[in-house]
Amino acid sequence: MQSYLAFVRKEFYHILRDTRTLVILFGMPIAQVLIFGYAVTNEFRDAPVAVIDNARDELSRELVHELVSSGYFKLVDQPATADELDALFRAGEVKLGVFIPPDFESDFFRRKQTTLQFLADGSDPNYATTLLNYGSQIVGNFQQRHAGGPENYQVGVEMQLMYNPELISAYNFIPGVVAIILLLISAMMTSLTIAKEKEMGTMDLLLVSPLSPLTIILGKVTPYVLLSMSNALLILLLGYFVFDVPVLGSFWLLTGFCLLYVLTALSLGILISTKASSQQAAMMGSLFSLLMPSMLLSGFIFPITSMPWMLQKVSGVIPATYFIELLKGVMLKGLGMQYLWFPTLVLATMTVVLLSLSWFNFKIRTK
Amino acid sequence: MNGIEIENISKSYGATLALDALTFTVQPGERFGLLGPDGAGKSTLFKILTTLLIPDTGRASVAGWDVNKDFATIRRHIGYMPGRFSLYPDLSVAENLNFFATIFGTKVKANYELIRPIYEQIEPFSKRRAGALSGGMKQKLALCCALIHQPKVLFLDEPTTGVDAVSRDEFWVMLGELKKAGITILVSTPYMDEAARCERVALLQTGKILALDTPANVVNAFNQPLWAVRADNYYQLLLDLRQASFTERAEVFGEFIHLTTHTGTDRESIVAYAQSGGHGNIVVEPAKASIEDVFLALM
Repeated sequence: MQSYLAFVRKEFYHILRDTRTLVILFGMPIAQVLIFGYAVTNEFRDAPVAVIDNARDELSRELVHELVSSGYFKLVDQPATADELDALFRAGEVKLGVFIPPDFESDFFRRKQTTLQFLADGSDPNYATTLLNYGSQIVGNFQQRHAGGPENYQVGVEMQLMYNPELISAYNFIPGVVAIILLLISAMMTSLTIAKEKEMGTMDLLLVSPLSPLTIILGKVTPYVLLSMSNALLILLLGYFVFDVPVLGSFWLLTGFCLLYVLTALSLGILISTKASSQQAAMMGSLFSLLMPSMLLSGFIFPITSMPWMLQKVSGVIPATYFIELLKGVMLKGLGMQYLWFPTLVLATMTVVLLSLSWFNFKIRTK
Repeated sequence: MNGIEIENISKSYGATLALDALTFTVQPGERFGLLGPDGAGKSTLFKILTTLLIPDTGRASVAGWDVNKDFATIRRHIGYMPGRFSLYPDLSVAENLNFFATIFGTKVKANYELIRPIYEQIEPFSKRRAGALSGGMKQKLALCCALIHQPKVLFLDEPTTGVDAVSRDEFWVMLGELKKAGITILVSTPYMDEAARCERVALLQTGKILALDTPANVVNAFNQPLWAVRADNYYQLLLDLRQASFTERAEVFGEFIHLTTHTGTDRESIVAYAQSGGHGNIVVEPAKASIEDVFLALM
């Protein structure tokens, strides 16, 4: 116990005396949250729109007004011809073009077929799709309001997004960032610090001492568990206060899930360090086998359901996938254990398997 | 029983044979030196004896415990100072010492008497980070850390490599002090002049023992005529001597060339040979063999 505490104290000295480690530990989470929060966002306001209004009647003006007053669009120009609109698109000055046909009002009220045309800049497909969706929704509402009445047999579709009705991207990225940061600290930093002992030769001294492998490993990971948990808390607080990401479910359940995931990540880190003999190898190992797949395939950036079959399988063995599911379940849906037992079980099983693998791979000798 | 017994130990890395059926014994309380150039197998032997490596064949015991079977017990009772500085550079002198005391389940105070003569020299810098110490002080700190749990056997792998001459000398004086505490010391060095500081030495070359005896006996075993030779053109003289019919070996040795000749060669014939080669200011004197001469002769 004495030697365990001494070991933990030593690890804290290492962490606190290395500015680079400190910057990674505390700068990284804050930077990531802010970058994802303010720069990488799917939400939009005031998207530039150009309207070619060939009708120039009461109803068409009302429609344009409705589009602009939604707050999503900003009218930047009203070109006369399609060529002018094309020029605006090329210059990147507009992202959405609306083409209103002649006789819009009279056709509309005579119940003749009339068609609006929306043109979007497809070079950014996600953005274009979102613009088109918002646009059609506004037009849909507009149409219903003006064409209401019993003689109309229209089937209106009302869409509602559950759990995140306003499509706030923070609801997605806060859980994602928690998953990535915890992985970074728990897996990468742990594997780096163990590899560093090997590189410096101090591992030999630790092995030639009465310290048991268990004490060495526990002493190594304890500070990182504490740091990971405080980082998770920091990110959740940032999400709650800066981006209004709620925690609908139990806070303690959330903490429990974070701890479980930290353990999974730590056992991955230990496993990597049993194989890597230098810090560089450990770094490469964790970057390519952990961080990249976790960013790309966990559902954080790309939805899992739209991945090809192979990648979905890969996604199924990434701990972050399950952890993000758990986080979203507790935070956004307010779910309890009865709905979340499966991802919990998967994470727990992964942890047990990884820990036993690292245990068997931990070398009590140099080679 | 604090000695070391090595029986038929072999170890290879892939196709390279690092240790070739080594057998020798270090007596309890003895200060035993392993001499040899880089790659002789010294560090490999240390790693086997400190239970970090398993030998391919053979058996060894340290203080009576088998290095394979009783490795856990051995680890509690030995001190090991690896070949390169292996303490925590970001921890202070005192923090390093305390850490190693604690992981061996002891306290610095409890064993202070043993390390006092050494630690007193670095105590003024106890708050300094170990990475900022000079080579000589690093090595003293490493020795303190290796001794803090009162080991029965001390393994020092090239403790004086990269250390200035004064610190090297001080270091050997400190090892002399430890002798009084009854600690068995196995120390390796590439410096032949340090051999004389050991009670017995083994000359190691490519994993084999070339000679094993007290330093005096090792030197006395050298029974060929040895001459110290010098002339104006040192390098040309070396090349010429190596061509001479009476020459066994001619090696660079400071300002002289150490020339080993066949028995029966006299001083005059060497001088005559050098003169015929056109050398000036020729000096030829009988020389006393050093460990280095023995080593070169045996290689």
